[in-house]
Formats: sequence, structure tokens, C-alpha cells
Amino acid sequence: MPQSEQKLIHTFSALADIGQEVAHKYNFHEMIRTSFHLLLGSLAIMRGGIARYSRFGHELNFLAVRGLGDDFPVSASIDPADEREFLTAGMSAIEVSQAKMLIFFQRYQPFVEKKGIELIIPMIVHDELVGLVMLGEKASGEPFNSADRAIVQAMARHIGVGIYQRNLLAELERKAEQNRRLYEEMRLTYADTVKSFAAAIDYKDKYTEGHSVRVGKYSELIAKSLGWSEERVEGVAVAGYLHDVGKLTVEKRIINSPTRINAKESAELSKHPVVGYDILLPIHHPYTDVPLAAKYHHERLDGRGYPDGLRDDQIPYIAKIVNLADSFDAMTTNRPYKARRPAHEVIEDLQRNSGKQFAPELVTALCEGMLDELEGGSEDKSFRRLLGREYMEAEGIIPMLRNALNGINATGSLTLIASE
Amino acid sequence: MSITQEADIRREGETAVVYANEYLNKITGEKIERECRDKIAAGCSRLLVSFRDTEIVNSIGISILLGVIDAASGANAEVVFTDVNPDTAHLFETLGLSRHARIVTA
Ligand SMILES: [Fe+2]
Ligand SMILES: [Fe+2]
Repeated sequence: MPQSEQKLIHTFSALADIGQEVAHKYNFHEMIRTSFHLLLGSLAIMRGGIARYSRFGHELNFLAVRGLGDDFPVSASIDPADEREFLTAGMSAIEVSQAKMLIFFQRYQPFVEKKGIELIIPMIVHDELVGLVMLGEKASGEPFNSADRAIVQAMARHIGVGIYQRNLLAELERKAEQNRRLYEEMRLTYADTVKSFAAAIDYKDKYTEGHSVRVGKYSELIAKSLGWSEERVEGVAVAGYLHDVGKLTVEKRIINSPTRINAKESAELSKHPVVGYDILLPIHHPYTDVPLAAKYHHERLDGRGYPDGLRDDQIPYIAKIVNLADSFDAMTTNRPYKARRPAHEVIEDLQRNSGKQFAPELVTALCEGMLDELEGGSEDKSFRRLLGREYMEAEGIIPMLRNALNGINATGSLTLIASE
Repeated sequence: MSITQEADIRREGETAVVYANEYLNKITGEKIERECRDKIAAGCSRLLVSFRDTEIVNSIGISILLGVIDAASGANAEVVFTDVNPDTAHLFETLGLSRHARIVTA
């Protein structure tokens, strides 16, 4: 084949390959290195370099160099006046002989001249300088002609697009990281707000000090025992913390009554789930169903709960969890008219009411959580911390819990045992 | 033809013999340049690049060969391209590589 034709094919293959390279290579540095080889090899250019431009530091950083020697600076600063000059030049190759007025050139003249750099090509994408390509002499010793310049400009444009894409990606990653941090901060702020709300609710009720916080914790432990994701567990915990928020509007005298309250007072107190729902509904929660948990945490599977007397599958699942956690705390703490009940009685009660008040699989989850902690299967000491060590480690608890779990496993549901 | 990704290079006295194979045309060919630099640093004064198993040389290959030439010129070492087929020899001629390395056709 004639030499000129062979050279043309060689050069155009390089141009085609560089397009492929920029479009498809995932690894940025490998893309740059390969493109650099294609660029030098297309016209057999002896030396050169590709530098990426950082607009923030007005700095050029060399990504690939060949034949420029060890003393060539890996980064170089660019004057804003030069940046404007390069933007004006567009993607046209600048002959070094015409670049002498650039501050950049004056600063790095010894390197540029000593290394025989002949062309400087600014890489400009969307009116933005993304880098420079510098090219030294060709192996043939011939000067770059207009066709050569057109080829290297086209190749530099491809490489510029590759750098531009990389910059966009880096910017996107930075924004995503910023968002992630912002979200994390918001989540923490929300968690703090929830906890201070819980403290405010509990402060009003001197007999059940710490109730909301404990219900939050028990709800969390049940959800964890169910194997839920971290985010869902957090959501359930929040629902637990806030379930009694409606009590903020109930008269303190009624809440703190040392004796059983009368029918009127009871009716007043019974409004707290709906009031809680009304308080929580307008708030934007990062988790779903928090207002519903407040509204339905006194509903029972058998329909004998309030405010709506919902039955089993009509009750939101999150409300069932909070209901169990709420009742569990009521049974295991001292109340003004009722002393705390011993552990074995509590377990019996859970069994008896499974399928009536409580969802059986949730009773299972709660018992499993406790058993897991007692038998050392989990590092968590939450139950011990919440209930006290002696209470949790009372004699016969482990067999009782096992027995309760067997009952569920044997029948598939505790409902049968409970209804006998 | 070698199927390994390692550069096929051996040293015979002052001469290092490199087989360009097919990986010369890929980014893995950078290994050839590195090996040649190492051999020159170790005292080789002659680099023999064999194109016995190389059908064509693309732009990446040319760039890597220029790297070999660059390495040799810094140490005044001689570069010889051997077993070069006529098409490739023409290409080396047109691109000017023949000014920097002796070409011996197959
Ligand atoms: Fe309540
Ligand atoms: Fe409660």
C-alpha cells in the first residue's frame, strides 16, 4: 500500500481508538495513559505531556509525560490572564514560538525550550479550560503541518471531554457526600428533638418517669429481634419515644393521680392517642407511620382497644409493636396504684394475651430478644439495663422464656393456648 | 506467540532482546518500556526488539517503541528492530522511527 495511505490509516485508527477509549474506559488514569500513547503514537511524537487544570488552584497537574526528563515540574501554576488567553485560543494548537507573551511560558520557558516542546493545545470543554496538551518534535524531524495539527487537536478534544466527564463525576461525588453529611446531621437533630420530646412527656408524669424512653428502647429491641433493617429499627424506636406525646395536653393532675381515676378523667386521658396523632401528623418525619403508631398504640388484636376498636390486620404493624412495648413497660415498672410485677408473671401475661391483645410473632420476638441476651447470644445488655440485673436474672426465667417460645413453635401461634 | 502478559525479554551479554508480541499494542506494552529502561540501567548498550510474532503495530505500539528509543538515547544505547515485516517497516519509515532505530526486515 502507498506510504501516505498507510500513514493516514494509522493516524485515523488512533483517532477512532481514542474516541472509544474516552467513551468506554471506566478507569480514568488508564484512559489518560492509553489516550496519551495513542496521541503520541499517531504521529510518532517523541515527547509531550497531558495536564489537567484545576480552576480553584489555577494549577496544572501533569497526568502523563514522556521524554520530558525527571526535572520537569509535575505541577505548574497558571495565571488568570493565561487562562483567558487559552480560552481565546480555543482548541487551536499554539506554536511555542507564538506563546512567548504568556506569563506561563515566561515562567516555564527553560523547561519548555530545553525539552523541545513545539505545540501547546488548550483543552476547552463548554467554555472551560480543563487542561493542556504539550507536544514535542516528531520522530521524523518534520515540523507539524496543518493536517497534523488538525489531528492532534481532534485527539486533544477527546481527551478534554474525558477530563471534563471526570470533573463532573468528582463534583457529583462531592455533592453526594455533602448531602449525605447534611442528611446525617438532620437525622441527628431529629433524633435529639425526639428525645427531648420524650423527656418532656415523661417529665409531666412523675410516676412513670422514663416511660417514653423505655418504650422507645423496647420497640427498638423488638424490631431488632425481628431482624429489621437499621433504618426501620430507628423508625420504630422514634414511634416508641413519641407514642404518648398526646399526654402533653392532658391535665397533669389526671396523669399524676395516685388513685384510680374516675370515668370523666379516664375519658380525658383516652384522648391522648388521637391528640398525639394530630400533633405528629404535620411534622415531616424521616420514617413513615410515626403518627399512626401514636394513634393506635392502645388498640388490641381482639378489637377491644381504643380509639377506634380496630381488629388485628386493621391495626398498623408499627402500632402493634409500640403497644407491646408500652404494655411490657407498664407491667415491669411501679405504678401509683400497682406495684411492678415479677418477671414470671409478666411472661405468663404475655402468653395469655398473645393473640388477644398482642401479635403472637411480636411476643415471640420480645421473648427471643430477652433469651438471646440472657444466654449470651448477643453482646447487647439493654434488657438488663432497662429492667435491672436482678429482675432479668431471676430464677427460672430462662426455662419460662423457652417454654413460651416452644408454645408458639408447637402451635404456630399462642392464640390457641391463650383462648383455652 | 506468547500468551503471557509479562514482557518477553532476555539478556545476552551487552544486548537485551525483547519480543514485542501482540501486547505491544495495548497499555500492557508499557512493561516493555519499563524492562528496557531496567536493562539499560543494568548496563546493556544494545536493545534488540524482535517483531517475529508481531503482525501490525498500532499507535500505542509506536508510542511504546518511542519510549524504548527515549530510554536508549539517554544512555547512548543502540536500538535495533528485527524481523520487521515489510508493512511495518514502511510505517516505521514514514513515521520517522527509522531515524532513531536500525530496522532489519524479516
Ligand atoms: Fe399511651
Ligand atoms: Fe404509654
